[in-house]
Amino acid sequence: MNGFLAILQRDLRLALRQGADSVMVVAFFIVTTTLFPFGVGPEANILARIASGVIWVSALLAAMLSLERVFQTDYEDGTLELLTLSPVSLELLVLGKVLAHWLTTGLPLIIAAPLMAVMLNMDQDGFITLITAMLLGTPALSLIGAIGAALILGARRGGVLVSLLVLPLYIPVLIFGAGAVEAALLGISATAQLQIMAAILLLALTATPFATAHAVRQAME
Amino acid sequence: MHRFAKPSVFLNLTAPILPWLSVLTAILIAAGLYFALIGSPVDYQQGDTVRIMYIHVPAAWMGLFCYVGMAVCGAMSLIWKHPLADICARATAPIGATFTALCLITGSLWGEPMWGTWWVWDARLTSMLILLFLYLGYIALVNAFDDPERGSKAGSALALVGAVNVPIVKFSVDWWNTLHQPASIMRMDGPAVDPSMQLPLALMILGFTAYYFVVLILRVRLELNERRIRALHLSGMFDDRSPQTNTGKQSYDAGHNAEAKE
Amino acid sequence: MADFSGSDLTCLRGERLVFGGLSFTAKSGDAVMLRGRNGAGKSSLLRLMAGLLSPRSGNLCWNGENIADDRNAHQTRTQYLGHQDAIKPVLSVRDNLRLWGQLRGVRDLDAAIDHALDALDIHHLSRVNGRYLSSGQKRRTALARVLIGPSDLWLLDEPTVGLDRESCAELTQLIAAFRARGGIVIYSTHTDLDIESPSILDLDEFAIPMIEWLAEHSELEDEQADTQASLTSKEAAQ
Repeated sequence: MNGFLAILQRDLRLALRQGADSVMVVAFFIVTTTLFPFGVGPEANILARIASGVIWVSALLAAMLSLERVFQTDYEDGTLELLTLSPVSLELLVLGKVLAHWLTTGLPLIIAAPLMAVMLNMDQDGFITLITAMLLGTPALSLIGAIGAALILGARRGGVLVSLLVLPLYIPVLIFGAGAVEAALLGISATAQLQIMAAILLLALTATPFATAHAVRQAME
Repeated sequence: MHRFAKPSVFLNLTAPILPWLSVLTAILIAAGLYFALIGSPVDYQQGDTVRIMYIHVPAAWMGLFCYVGMAVCGAMSLIWKHPLADICARATAPIGATFTALCLITGSLWGEPMWGTWWVWDARLTSMLILLFLYLGYIALVNAFDDPERGSKAGSALALVGAVNVPIVKFSVDWWNTLHQPASIMRMDGPAVDPSMQLPLALMILGFTAYYFVVLILRVRLELNERRIRALHLSGMFDDRSPQTNTGKQSYDAGHNAEAKE
Repeated sequence: MADFSGSDLTCLRGERLVFGGLSFTAKSGDAVMLRGRNGAGKSSLLRLMAGLLSPRSGNLCWNGENIADDRNAHQTRTQYLGHQDAIKPVLSVRDNLRLWGQLRGVRDLDAAIDHALDALDIHHLSRVNGRYLSSGQKRRTALARVLIGPSDLWLLDEPTVGLDRESCAELTQLIAAFRARGGIVIYSTHTDLDIESPSILDLDEFAIPMIEWLAEHSELEDEQADTQASLTSKEAAQ
């Protein structure tokens, strides 16, 4: 457990000192979301109709954009090698790194999401559900994305590649995340969708650290 | 297990099988095509377009079959760490991707006369499209490394992760579709397939599967032979300076320095 | 009395055979120097010993137990110094080192870090961020990492890169002290480190011409007549 906290603390400190990364992710999210009104027109009704989907798709893209740096810098400067060799289990360390990634990208996205929802004229009934769904969904995105980030270590054109690998895996989160908000907007209970999202998160939490750690070890060979 | 999976054993074992399998494939597909195009009755509703089904359904089957095959190879590579499993997975991917694409294209061609549109966001079509994306991701990953072995290993891990994910994707797409689709526009599995259509369908499915194995064997043999050639190059046998000498000193030097990448 | 040994190790990198049939033993207090030309596999052997790679064949044993059976124990006793220094530019030297001490569960970490910094004569840099260090100072920070926490085996890959003569002398002393405590040091270097009576492992001796190895492992088949002609003398191995 100490190892988990140590790596979490260090990654957070690194993110804080190199603050630009988190800010960039949020900025990307906001800019992408802003593009949609230009594409579909400024009519309030249409925007309100597509708001939940737009926010989720933009959040997905923003989260994916930041994936590459989960392991890449540590891989390049030899830190990852030493982490693999440390007496703490690599699965735990991976989990710590993913948590740090979520705290520095997922969480800011959740804070920015209601703002964008207001700008897209989303009905206020959906706000609580949107935030709950994102709280359940974005950690799953970080966990699943970490597998992709580990698999591409040492590959050419890693950044583009990781999106190709990870986006199909994100589809369930997108479907249920947007579905939950839509249900709430229609006045139906979104419990079913949220429960499925919680299930996806739990599954990701238990299964992905092993896959990611395996991929990291492979990259060290 | 290990002994059987040795590259040379594979080559020796498949050499006599290959011609027989090729002949079998040709017969199955020829017979299947005869029954599908000439021997089977015209559908009372769909007319001749129903014949697209004889390509479409087997292609869909092959798309799924190949993905399962890749995942099984991925698991074997994880458990036994045998390179042949990686090579098989790697050789399967383009075949599976092609069949999946074929399934989508024929489905689209079939959809136009039947439903009046090239594409609908039907649960099955969407799942097949995502399957195609998974194939493309695998192929891109496997080819993104300078060291082919590293690429194959990463690919095997991805195939396994994808296999765990496929049922979840399938479930969520079904769910998404029933939510958004106001009653089905069409029903693909509507009436049970007429017995006169079953025979050509079965023949085509068997033929496609046999074809897969022929191509798989050819591709694995190609990859194994390429590896041998690379190994021989690395060993310095083809050094231009002294073509016929393979003395210890010579190959030793070349072995260490030729294309060494650290 | 610890004992670290390897038997019949074969290492393949990518599709290239690096070395084969390599064996060695080292006991408490020993220093083993790896020698060999570029590409002979010095780094690969150290990575094998650390457990980053697994050998194609052969075993590595600590006190007779295969290191692959209990990785955690092996990682606890081993300190590995690779080519890269793993220093984060935005963290101070002390913070850089702190992580590795925490991962090893070192008690009284600050004292341990102070001690390590003193030993390498970089205590004055402890608050300096990694980005301001020269390459020699970075290397010394990386060496300080090796000193944090108890260990029985040091695997040093080119530890002297970027070090000046004084630092090399310090390193020699550190190694001598570690050996006196019963540690085993295995290192590779291009410059001469003045280490007392190291045993020398010359990797060039274990280079197998790849063609022979291929023949032995029957990757070359009988149908390749032209290749076979040149291999007749080695055919017995098949």
